[in-house]
Amino acid sequence: MALHRGRGFAAINYPIGMNLGGDPSQALVHSNPDGKFTVALSAIDLGQGMKSVTRQIAAETLGVPVEDVYVDTADSDTGPHDMGSFASRGTHRMGNAVIQASQEARSVMLEAAAEELEVDAADLVTDGRGNIHVKGAPSRSITTMAASQAAQFKQGRTIAGRGIFLIPLSEVDPQTGEMTPVSCFAHAAMLVEVEVDDETGEVAVLDMQSAYEVGRALNPKLVEQQLRGGAWMGMSHAIWETTEPYYPSRDHGPEDFNAYVMPGPGDLAPHHISVLERPAPDGPYGGKGPGEMCANPVLPAVVNAVYDAVGVRVDDLPVTPEKVLRGLKANGGAKPRKAL
Amino acid sequence: MIEFRKEFFADERDDDLNEVGKPTRRQDILGHVTGRSPFFDDHLFDGLLHMRCVRSPHHHARIRRVDTAEAEKMPGVVRVLTGKDVPTNLNTLLSLLDFGIDDEPILSTAKVAYRGEPVAAVIAATEAQARAAVKAVRVDWEVLPHVLDVEEAIKPGAPTVCEVYPDNKFIYHGKYDHQKLRFGDVEAAFASADHIVEGRYQMSPIEQAPIETCGAIAAPEQNDRYVCYTSTQALFFSLGTAAKVLQTPSSRLHFIGGTVGGGFGGKVDSIHEPLAVLGAMLTGRPCKYAWDRGEEMQVGAPRGAERWYIKDAVARDGRITARKFIGYFDSGAYTRLSSYAIIKGVGHLPGPYTIPNVYADVYCVYTNRTPATAMRGFGITGVDFAIENHMDKVAETVGVNPIELRILNSYRDGDMKAHRREAKNCALVECCQVVAEKGGVTLSPDARAATSLTGGGGERAQIPNFTATDEHGRVEGFDTGSYAQKASAAATAPQPPRTLPASQQPTSRPVQPPASHQPAIPPTPAAQPAQPAPPQKPAASRSGAMRFSSLSGFRRR
Amino acid sequence: MAKKPVHFSHNGVERAAFADDGQNLLEFLRRGAGDLSPKYGCGQGTCGACTVMIDGETQLSCLVLAESIDGKSIRTAAGLASDQLDPLQVAFMDHFAAQCGYCTPGMLVSARALLERNPKPTREEVMEAISGNLCRCTGYEPIISAILAVAEGRAQA
Repeated sequence: MALHRGRGFAAINYPIGMNLGGDPSQALVHSNPDGKFTVALSAIDLGQGMKSVTRQIAAETLGVPVEDVYVDTADSDTGPHDMGSFASRGTHRMGNAVIQASQEARSVMLEAAAEELEVDAADLVTDGRGNIHVKGAPSRSITTMAASQAAQFKQGRTIAGRGIFLIPLSEVDPQTGEMTPVSCFAHAAMLVEVEVDDETGEVAVLDMQSAYEVGRALNPKLVEQQLRGGAWMGMSHAIWETTEPYYPSRDHGPEDFNAYVMPGPGDLAPHHISVLERPAPDGPYGGKGPGEMCANPVLPAVVNAVYDAVGVRVDDLPVTPEKVLRGLKANGGAKPRKAL
Repeated sequence: MIEFRKEFFADERDDDLNEVGKPTRRQDILGHVTGRSPFFDDHLFDGLLHMRCVRSPHHHARIRRVDTAEAEKMPGVVRVLTGKDVPTNLNTLLSLLDFGIDDEPILSTAKVAYRGEPVAAVIAATEAQARAAVKAVRVDWEVLPHVLDVEEAIKPGAPTVCEVYPDNKFIYHGKYDHQKLRFGDVEAAFASADHIVEGRYQMSPIEQAPIETCGAIAAPEQNDRYVCYTSTQALFFSLGTAAKVLQTPSSRLHFIGGTVGGGFGGKVDSIHEPLAVLGAMLTGRPCKYAWDRGEEMQVGAPRGAERWYIKDAVARDGRITARKFIGYFDSGAYTRLSSYAIIKGVGHLPGPYTIPNVYADVYCVYTNRTPATAMRGFGITGVDFAIENHMDKVAETVGVNPIELRILNSYRDGDMKAHRREAKNCALVECCQVVAEKGGVTLSPDARAATSLTGGGGERAQIPNFTATDEHGRVEGFDTGSYAQKASAAATAPQPPRTLPASQQPTSRPVQPPASHQPAIPPTPAAQPAQPAPPQKPAASRSGAMRFSSLSGFRRR
Repeated sequence: MAKKPVHFSHNGVERAAFADDGQNLLEFLRRGAGDLSPKYGCGQGTCGACTVMIDGETQLSCLVLAESIDGKSIRTAAGLASDQLDPLQVAFMDHFAAQCGYCTPGMLVSARALLERNPKPTREEVMEAISGNLCRCTGYEPIISAILAVAEGRAQA
């Protein structure tokens, strides 16, 4: 009886955005008279960081500091139509809608500033710190607050913007499957090391080495949250989780977290992440959306690593001790391969 | 333990933005660490009522009678709802995108098709009283044969799970009982292959397991409106579904959410909002409907199981020349979102590789289990598990290092993909190289020199001169919604669906006369004039009711 | 329904309220005392989202009878900050140790209780202390890092 180590690899790509198409996202942006902005969305922040990433996108586009922007999700009386946060569409679709809305609001803000400075709006730039000035002449400047006050109380302008991002509905050819499924793809590769106990059949993930290509990392810490948490979920899917442990039988279905098991803090594997950024041509500032794809490479990499360790290939998830032991028995014991 | 490899694709990026690219703290983080972020259940109402559902203990059963009399007399019980209380008691989520036929009751009246299917909803002053009264609802069941395995479910003679789809298969484009992908000629490639590699893969059903369970609280608001605090991850799916099911203009609904305790796909289905609002409408009081953890795990829709068969033709050097998929998504008793996941999945095939001949038949299959729905990676996670498991078998067969095999077959900029669009913005090769380097795996000079920007296009950009197509799985009489087939959807006359005679089908599927598709269940008497017809006439079931489509706006069907 | 008066210290404030017969502490705190920081995640004592401190010991409030806290001291995540945020709260913000935020209050209570009984825990002791608090978003690593940062004096007080 022994512990066997093995390594497994997998590589994946992931479609970003809802392929059904014809499903736009909208955003509204407006300013208070002191130059502070509110972004109203019907998108949902379920932990992925919708409020935070759209806030940075809005601030970037408006040309104001991020603390001058707050994002509200989701009140159907104020947030314009958005079907929801799923299909890796949030950052991509909503991000683009927020850019469009922010551009419209920004152009009004610059017009208001231009009127105050008595210059052409096309000659104005923002410094991202709350000031608007003439390109090449930083001294001819006005604060975003003063411009907003002028717009509201002197000029009668509304500093506000509307945004929508629509990818038209893609036809799907019934015969060939020809379609335009999505607008861009994220990528990942993953190498995991496992240890398999040939006495108990238990599999432990010891190490994960990954590379994720996510388009531009709009907020590197939010990206890391997704990749780290998502890879943990992938490991959990691979070895621990299922609602029907003897699928297709419905017996022994868990109804609490004692029976529905997931790796706890004591079961973690060090995860060494490398992030690559190839901007998506149609993504907001090149961003793609790392939230969904991060789990996917872990499942097959673990299965491949178990095979490498003991020669048992489990084609039926999750890789439970029972399946490993049955495989070992059928093979007449562990057959380490060490091929990778 | 995280690094940003800025040297890759550096010339495609300007890294000098003011706010984008910065590790700014989350906007919501202060609320999270102080326990003050407002989740749906953090809104307190005086006199809040609690709703709990009476659920089927059977996988498949006819409902002879639901007797709520005793439950209605129980302490604290305000009202017991059954299907007749639901204005439009039939829905499919994607009807809001004009895709699919209404197939799922809100509270079932004729039969149940999975263990846990709701047939009544008790509204009581406390949750404990609601639980007690649920046990007092008497349901007279007639147990029916059931089927749980996807391949058993599509065999002739299998019990019909959902009467809208008598053969237990979703109908794509009103035309085929599966979604096809055809690119080149896989059979020709198999015939001349050096190696054939085959595999069968089973993706397990998985619970999304957000720490906050799904739920909603609805209450009468001023101006004859209803406010609904919800854990939904799809605000306008939930609002649109409530408006449709309750036959209420969306303007009378005020939905508030957006701060959600995890979702992972499990909070798209919009199950709770219509019933919570209905409870508030019928009682005039605030009403909460939420799942407990056991319901979340067994009644809440999981990531569905998937079964995949993959067959590859492989050349001696490891190049894959053909790949064939047969896939079965276990949709459970109703469609929810599985039909859509399959189209997404088919557009993803054959994975991130350039393979000149690709074939897929993917079926959305109904079985007598909890309906499946979205989960992180929906439509992709299962088949990626299958593909990447399979890639290792291919590598072993040809004796090529598994990472080299991926790089060798990887798609590159300019390649033609199987769904007939050009690959752009690729980065798989680079991801493989970085991981090999980190893991100390030595690659050949060719694999090290490869890039996503080079080696693609040219011959690899061509659509095959010949693509083998077929008519197997052809059906008639279905209108499953537009999916970009708007003209035909509007033109299809209501008629019972039927399978084409065998003479018109290349498969060996037995002929089933149209009569065999008539469900044995008696129609439910329409409780309200606007209630759609029972499900034996799929096309007719969509007529009459006001439908909202994101594509075409409101229209009378 | 019988109601019982309960006198207790709630985040340092003496309070009295009525508990319903059989009501659990989670519901009592949320509905009765208006403290919404303990969360319902399972009602089965398996997820830790409802973790509170009773007389300094962590307890799962969904499993505690409300009337049993009469005369006791309750601390919840809502009471961690006084004039300033607790260093753990700051560390959770800096380490991006929360995503959806639903497990966070219970996680913070478990972490605070750990540091009060053991100001210099090892990584293993941190892992053990939060092993009853499930998180579905983060993969735990940022949470462990945040708690260790406070223990090792690397976080802002």
